[in-house]
Amino acid sequence: MSLSEQQVTQIAYLARLSLSDDELKDNTKDLNAILGLAEQLGAIETDSIEPMAHPLHMIQRLRADTVTEHDQSDLFQSIAPKTGNKHYLVPTVIE
Amino acid sequence: MSIYTKTIAQLSQGLKDKEFSSVEITQHYLDRIKQSDLNAFITVTDELAMSQARAADEKIAAGTSNILTGIPYAHKDIFCTQGVKTSAGSKMLDNFISPYDATVSHQLNQADTVMLGKVNMDEFAMGSSNENSFYGAVKNPWNTDKIPGGSSGGSAAAVAGGLSCFATGTDTGGSIRQPASLCGITGLKPTYGRVSRYGMIAYASSLDQAGPMTKTAEDAAIVLNAMAGFDEKDSTSAEQAVPDYTANLNDSIQGLTIGLPKEFFSEGLDDEVATQVMNAVKEFEAMGATVKEISLPNSAYAIPTYYIVAPCECSSNLSRLDGVRYGYRCDEPKDLEDLYLRSRSEGFGAEVKRRIMIGAYALSAGYYDAYYLKAQKTRHLISDDFKKAFAEVDVIMGPVSPTTAFDLGSVKDPVSMYLADIYTLSANLAGLPGMSIPAGFSNKLPVGLQLIGNYWSESKLLNIAHQFQQQTDWHQQTPQED
Repeated sequence: MSLSEQQVTQIAYLARLSLSDDELKDNTKDLNAILGLAEQLGAIETDSIEPMAHPLHMIQRLRADTVTEHDQSDLFQSIAPKTGNKHYLVPTVIE
Repeated sequence: MSIYTKTIAQLSQGLKDKEFSSVEITQHYLDRIKQSDLNAFITVTDELAMSQARAADEKIAAGTSNILTGIPYAHKDIFCTQGVKTSAGSKMLDNFISPYDATVSHQLNQADTVMLGKVNMDEFAMGSSNENSFYGAVKNPWNTDKIPGGSSGGSAAAVAGGLSCFATGTDTGGSIRQPASLCGITGLKPTYGRVSRYGMIAYASSLDQAGPMTKTAEDAAIVLNAMAGFDEKDSTSAEQAVPDYTANLNDSIQGLTIGLPKEFFSEGLDDEVATQVMNAVKEFEAMGATVKEISLPNSAYAIPTYYIVAPCECSSNLSRLDGVRYGYRCDEPKDLEDLYLRSRSEGFGAEVKRRIMIGAYALSAGYYDAYYLKAQKTRHLISDDFKKAFAEVDVIMGPVSPTTAFDLGSVKDPVSMYLADIYTLSANLAGLPGMSIPAGFSNKLPVGLQLIGNYWSESKLLNIAHQFQQQTDWHQQTPQED
């Protein structure tokens, strides 16, 4: 199967990316080529194989429920594009 | 012998013997960086470097120094450095002054090293040629028409070009080993979980691992001693004791069993690269090792497996970059959606967008099983191949890259570029440690030999590499200077 330009536009939107006409053409070609590569995996029988999510088969560690971070909001907000009253500002969502 | 050709071990001895000061060697490197046209550095931190060098000289004078005190290094621009721009090679983070230090940055500071600056890389570590950087391509010091490899291309070029004594790198699919190979230096990707990922900007979290890029295996051992260790700030950091990686460098490798995977020497491998790799293997035989042909039957599937798993993880990791809290924000967003769409579209480069979209698609409803789950299963098979192999052999050897460094701008389509990663990806998928060490030249360009070891066998790999470097001088070759 191959992706149409319309599908690629939809995928881009899901990832919050917008593509120019040229980018859309190039990406449709490239994404189809990459997915074509992935189709090779269809040749392998994997029904009885466990998926491997992590190389060391680790379990997430738990930590003590103690405060380890102190408030650094001024420092962190000093590099934000736009802030006000300790909030990150974005264009108005609801009037 | 010039300062820039000296190893960490040699510079450290010279500092101790008062042959030169850290301020002098730091200035020496800063002068060389200024004169260089390799485009290896994104940010040169000269003032910081000089103040760290002065502090190091005081420690040396006071007799409280360690082997890394006062040694200048180049830090890959993927590691957060407090108060210093950390761009990950992206327009998205061109204005990002990190408010905190990565654990690796902190460890190297604690070791009294001198940071010369932040080095160039493929954007968010996605690339094999360093041509995907917002800051332009890095040039290979051996031939400036060639790529240095990627994604740690700036790191490799800085060490090979004598702009830094050592460098840090990260390796998600070969990004330490491949540029080390193409630039003729020593690079080590440790076992997954060996070095903390805290503050190392994430590309594919189940694959990313940091390591040293150096002139010699001995230097790599010295730097790994400083970088390795459990970190509670990284939930994937391994609670595994850290040995002294320099302790076994001089062990004999008599009786070592080397496995050569037949799949690593098949179609697509350049003849001259194959010859150099086999010459290196013969050198090991002369040193008392035995060679055995092995098979990693699923290794051909490493490319499709990796190019699903890594983009899936990247599409998730890079969703945090949305123009709200830090990084690039588009001008005059008309609403919140416009802010997200334009900030991301203007901030990311082409390869990053491609991988985000592949990941978004492979993770989406209806395609998850066919792509992501399937790739996780084949990942298991690739990993199992290594388990079987390491029941028979101590180390696996082969090429790092199918060719030597190619011309800048010569590989245009993404799939052809991905094929260059064929020999390096499987170690990341399995989480195994791997190295590249200089093993010869083809057309005046370096050829690297890859070593892949079992989990936590960094000491063994470094020992094997060090013994090879006692018998050969490939690692001592330096590019001709104008």
